[in-house]
Amino acid sequence: MSNASNSAPELETAGALRWMWRQLTSMRTALILLLLLGLASIPGSIFPQRSQNPMKVQEYFTANPTLAHWMDKFQLFSVYGSPWFAAIYILLFISLIGCVLPRTFDHLKKIGAKPPLTPRYLEKMEEFTVVSGAASLDGAEKWLKRNRFRVRREESSISAEKGYLRETGNLLFHLSLILILVAVAIGGLLGSRGEAIVNVGERFVNTPTSYDNLSFGKFQKEGSLVPFALTVTDFNATYNITTNAPTDYSLTVQAENPVGSKPVTRIIKVNSPLTYGSTKIYLQANGYSPVVTVRNSTGKITFQGPVVFLPQDANLTSTGAIKLPDMNPQIGFVGSFVPTYDRNATRGAFSVFPKVLDPRLLLSAWQGNLGLDSGNPQSVYRLDTSRMKEIGLKQLSIGESYNFGEGSITFDGWKPWVNLQIVEDPGKMYALLGAILAVLGLLTSLFTRQRRIWVKVDPTGTGLQIAGLAKNGTPGLSEEVARLVRAIEDRS
Amino acid sequence: MSSTSYAYLSNYLIYSAMAVYTIAFFAHAVEVSFSVRNVEAPELVAATVGAPSQNRATKFDFSRTERSGRIGTAMMILGFGLLFAGVLARGLSAHRVPWGNMYEFSITGALAFSGAYLYALAKYKLRWLGLPVSIAVLLTLGTAITVLYRPSAPLVPALKSTWLAIHVSAAIISGGVFLLANCVAATYLILDRMESKGARPEWAKRLPSLETLDQLAYRLVAFVFPLWTFAVIAGAIWAENAWGRYWSWDPKETWAFITWVAYAAYLHARVTIGWRGRRAAWLCLFAGSTFLFNYVWVNIWGSGLHTYSGL
Repeated sequence: MSNASNSAPELETAGALRWMWRQLTSMRTALILLLLLGLASIPGSIFPQRSQNPMKVQEYFTANPTLAHWMDKFQLFSVYGSPWFAAIYILLFISLIGCVLPRTFDHLKKIGAKPPLTPRYLEKMEEFTVVSGAASLDGAEKWLKRNRFRVRREESSISAEKGYLRETGNLLFHLSLILILVAVAIGGLLGSRGEAIVNVGERFVNTPTSYDNLSFGKFQKEGSLVPFALTVTDFNATYNITTNAPTDYSLTVQAENPVGSKPVTRIIKVNSPLTYGSTKIYLQANGYSPVVTVRNSTGKITFQGPVVFLPQDANLTSTGAIKLPDMNPQIGFVGSFVPTYDRNATRGAFSVFPKVLDPRLLLSAWQGNLGLDSGNPQSVYRLDTSRMKEIGLKQLSIGESYNFGEGSITFDGWKPWVNLQIVEDPGKMYALLGAILAVLGLLTSLFTRQRRIWVKVDPTGTGLQIAGLAKNGTPGLSEEVARLVRAIEDRS
Repeated sequence: MSSTSYAYLSNYLIYSAMAVYTIAFFAHAVEVSFSVRNVEAPELVAATVGAPSQNRATKFDFSRTERSGRIGTAMMILGFGLLFAGVLARGLSAHRVPWGNMYEFSITGALAFSGAYLYALAKYKLRWLGLPVSIAVLLTLGTAITVLYRPSAPLVPALKSTWLAIHVSAAIISGGVFLLANCVAATYLILDRMESKGARPEWAKRLPSLETLDQLAYRLVAFVFPLWTFAVIAGAIWAENAWGRYWSWDPKETWAFITWVAYAAYLHARVTIGWRGRRAAWLCLFAGSTFLFNYVWVNIWGSGLHTYSGL
């Protein structure tokens, strides 16, 4: 105590800290944080998010450059990874831990403990009755014990309590939420996620360089990818012929794990990924790659193979670019692949069915500088025509060629491609466990009634006073007290 | 029967259900508006045991509209049966669970909502709620069949999973009960406003006390909150299996989360800091409207992975 006056400033800080801690862990703050978390997640559902659709964010920037610039300063295009969003949920979880941990210890101490002493006056309780006659406490005690009440027997009274599981469930629920948060963190720090487009017939080896894009968690090592390889042997899509809606996608691969082992035929579908431990390989999207052969003026082949085009509509009209940097001057094509061809005056050529029934390749040829050596990363699906001029337009059926002057391009055929998503998430089993425990905890806590019943010898000497109290006013107490009374009366 | 005839049968059943709900609506309207009439007849007043004569003006005769109320309930049950058959036939026509597009979500949602009403009706005295319930069901079915209707068709590959039945049914049932709780909370607020201005008007005197409504809204939410939690979790498990990520902040997921947070706040506010009455009812309404917003806005105008409205 005497020390306290000497170290007043420290005490003040300690006091202030304690005050802040108490504020943070108070129910009211937790509630405000909870509602704040809900509000804070709204902008992410309204504005495009980089994590989901970077293209849309790019479009937003093009449409409203100044506004987008300011919105970006507040991380409105990556809400769920932003510091202010993290601040809310971290504070909420600190508040939650501060509230739940002490309660857990309290609750653990109560295991096997007896209910509190019988209050002096029972008359004021919500359920109060008197059983007259020669009833004894023994009968009441027996009934309470048989009905799984915790019983504290005193000389002239019984204090009984039931429904401790309510608090157990409650605590389990909140602790499980913490487990889920930890699991999310594990997945983010130790997992990886990437995508790769693979043409049918090609082989994908699971190394970082095979991916079109790949993101690693902070503590994930690059060498830790599962060493599998997949050879895409077949992709089959079926469509409803009246609505054109897809009915089934089925991808067949020859899987080797590890690379070089005996290949196994595996089938990947939209709802059934290929699993290696905590790594899963998903079939995410599909499209068409037209196969072309390009010859120079001397007839020598300068390029041959499939070129991935991206679907633009539900009928898989696809667009892409063919770039020929080795021609002099450089040549590029802006292309459109139409799986089932139709044409009208307003739309030009377009596809009327997503399967390849009557394909066309539409090309516009450009000559000049492709801009590949400018240092700026360039999309492989788009042609930067700023330093090029258009030299011709052509529509090709399979087998046809187009002579663009310095050479020719032949439309040989097409191949389907699939977009594989490969995800490693070591945290997800913990998240699932947390989720299951949370539901169990919630059910236990919401459907357990906590109540106390007291039985006391009437001060007059004969008869018993019975009283009950239910936490949170849960119903059914009066029926229970009535049953106890009946049991006592039957016994006496 | 062929797929097409099942699809036609389903449509006829839905239209019949709408007709029956319309009758239910009128029966409940008659019940509410005509049940409360001042009883001037002396024999009825005399029949009321121990009623002091100055209470004469507040004695009501409910017997005259009892029949109308019962017809209303009978029609609600019949409508539920027809709607159930309609949803079932819709599923049979496509050889799958009838949860492939927004038309199907809506008719099943209306079914869950009226089912929740009938279930609650068996447990509590809330026949009066038949009026708002029948209006809401009629509006939902009307919108579904005119605006949202799509011919019966097979599922897209992304929906071909056992999780469709689990996740969507849990979400739809939760939605039905949430909306019922919203009706109760809204009734609370309307009656509360009337009472704070003076006494309830006569037609409203038959409705339960504010405290009963407050408790009922809480019970409904507390009962269905674990189911909603389960629906969100089932969705996350499915998402992990189909999209490679159990939580991706897709707009639908985000709003499901917001709904969850709002109801969690409602439960905490009631249980731990003792919110009752008006504030609790507003919070309940807010939480329920986030669910509706998710259903209407995100399905129709939102982008993201949950694009199954078929619109």
